[in-house]
Amino acid sequence: MVVRSVGKVGLVATPLTAYFFLWAPILLLVLFSFNDSRSVDTWQGFTLRWYTNIFSGVMGTEARFSTELMMQALSNTLLVGLVSTLIATVLGTMIALSLARSQIPGKRIVDGLMFLPVVIPEITQGVSLAIFFKIVFDFLDTSAGMRATPGFGTIIIGHVAFNISYVAIVVRARLANMNPRLEEAANDLGANTWQTFRRITLPLIMPGIVAGGLLALTLSMDDLVVTFFNAGVGTTTLPMFVYGLIKTAVTPEVNALSTLMLVFSTIVVGVSLMLQNRYADRPYTRQ
Amino acid sequence: MSRGSGGSAVLPFTFDQYTRVFDTFWIVLQRSILVALLTTAICLVAGYPLAYFITRRKTAFGRQFALFLVILPFWTNFLIRTYAWRVILGREGLINSALLNTGIITEPLNLLNTEFAVVLGLVYGFLPFMVLPIYASLSRFDHRYIEAANDLGANDVTSFWRIMLPLTMPGVIAGCILVFIPAIGTFVTSDLLGGTRGLMIGNLIQNQYSGNGNMPLGAALSVVMMMVVVVALLVYARFGEEKK
Repeated sequence: MVVRSVGKVGLVATPLTAYFFLWAPILLLVLFSFNDSRSVDTWQGFTLRWYTNIFSGVMGTEARFSTELMMQALSNTLLVGLVSTLIATVLGTMIALSLARSQIPGKRIVDGLMFLPVVIPEITQGVSLAIFFKIVFDFLDTSAGMRATPGFGTIIIGHVAFNISYVAIVVRARLANMNPRLEEAANDLGANTWQTFRRITLPLIMPGIVAGGLLALTLSMDDLVVTFFNAGVGTTTLPMFVYGLIKTAVTPEVNALSTLMLVFSTIVVGVSLMLQNRYADRPYTRQ
Repeated sequence: MSRGSGGSAVLPFTFDQYTRVFDTFWIVLQRSILVALLTTAICLVAGYPLAYFITRRKTAFGRQFALFLVILPFWTNFLIRTYAWRVILGREGLINSALLNTGIITEPLNLLNTEFAVVLGLVYGFLPFMVLPIYASLSRFDHRYIEAANDLGANDVTSFWRIMLPLTMPGVIAGCILVFIPAIGTFVTSDLLGGTRGLMIGNLIQNQYSGNGNMPLGAALSVVMMMVVVVALLVYARFGEEKK
């Protein structure tokens, strides 16, 4: 009996502790971004000072953390995020479709390779991409005399490289749940391959594509490691900017900036969940 | 390959870098593996009850909300979540100032820049990776098996070990892999929370590539790390997929 009640308490207490553990740091960060004090130890009243600081001048103490540079980093992040998401979503969807529908030789190998970027450590991916770019650039330099340096191009290629897998996996899951009879029925009713794809398959896998795309966008905007190794000099993204800021000092402005990024990703997650609920079309899926 | 000017790689081929990996950096490699294993173990012990808790919510809304509470921190920028621990653990951080103010301690504790901080940060960062696969396994688990076992005289502990755990093993293994692999390659967490004390293989690799590092050495370190990862994946292939 004693063992049983201890077990029962443990089964509730452990999850609640885990929830507390997951949320407390984030909530504290948000709370202290409104604290009217430079240190984090005491609450000295509410202020929006750190937020206005971000947008009106220098955060921290150094010029390399100016608002102007932050805005530039933000626009770099958005640009890289949107371009790489677009490319990765199109390519990832194509891979998912071809893997699910065709009988190409070596399908299993491609299937396995698709999961590779998801399971290998990020740092390995960043490093191997960096080496790859270096080899390509050296080759271009010696063979064609073309000078190329890391920058936007390399970051975007790097992001596409890891995002394709995530998009492909999400879209494939959706395809696997789809009732194949719907496509057969369209064929029987005289639709050609393209019409079947355009009118039946694409609308049905759209939620998967959108979810995959949003996942890719979030991953791209959050990525530090792959960007870090492939950015070269002069191209900074927001995570790199924040990283530099954190390495220098713990300042309330970082709390405020973090809170803003937090709000943004919450909105993206919310939109993604909403879209998935709206498209929850159970009759068309294979149960 | 050998180290060339500016740390880039040049011919001839040599195994020197691997010798260095296993001589000089053996201790770092060892620490990385230990930290990753410890992180995985803690995540498992905390994550399984949490996943169970989510599956046992009565309503669909309850389940979704409980799951959402795990997913949202997971979608939050990793850098920010790691940074939050710096605020909490620092010398003038929350824990130290709370303990100082209440008079429990007189000197600030050294919480940041320790292996403890690294493990804490990693568990925090990767707990959702453990919870989600186990949740997926548990939600397919038929709880009538437990009732049947109880009717046949098994107590809760026995039915957990003999029925529930074996049947949800694929989820457990998948979770362990998903935590172990990023944990061993960590670079941000150990850099921000570990300092020099928490130097891990990921930081070593990064050092070899930036500035006047040593790219061949970095490559050798990466290869060795990949070997560890491959071993982990083989374990997964052997035990994780079988029972599906």
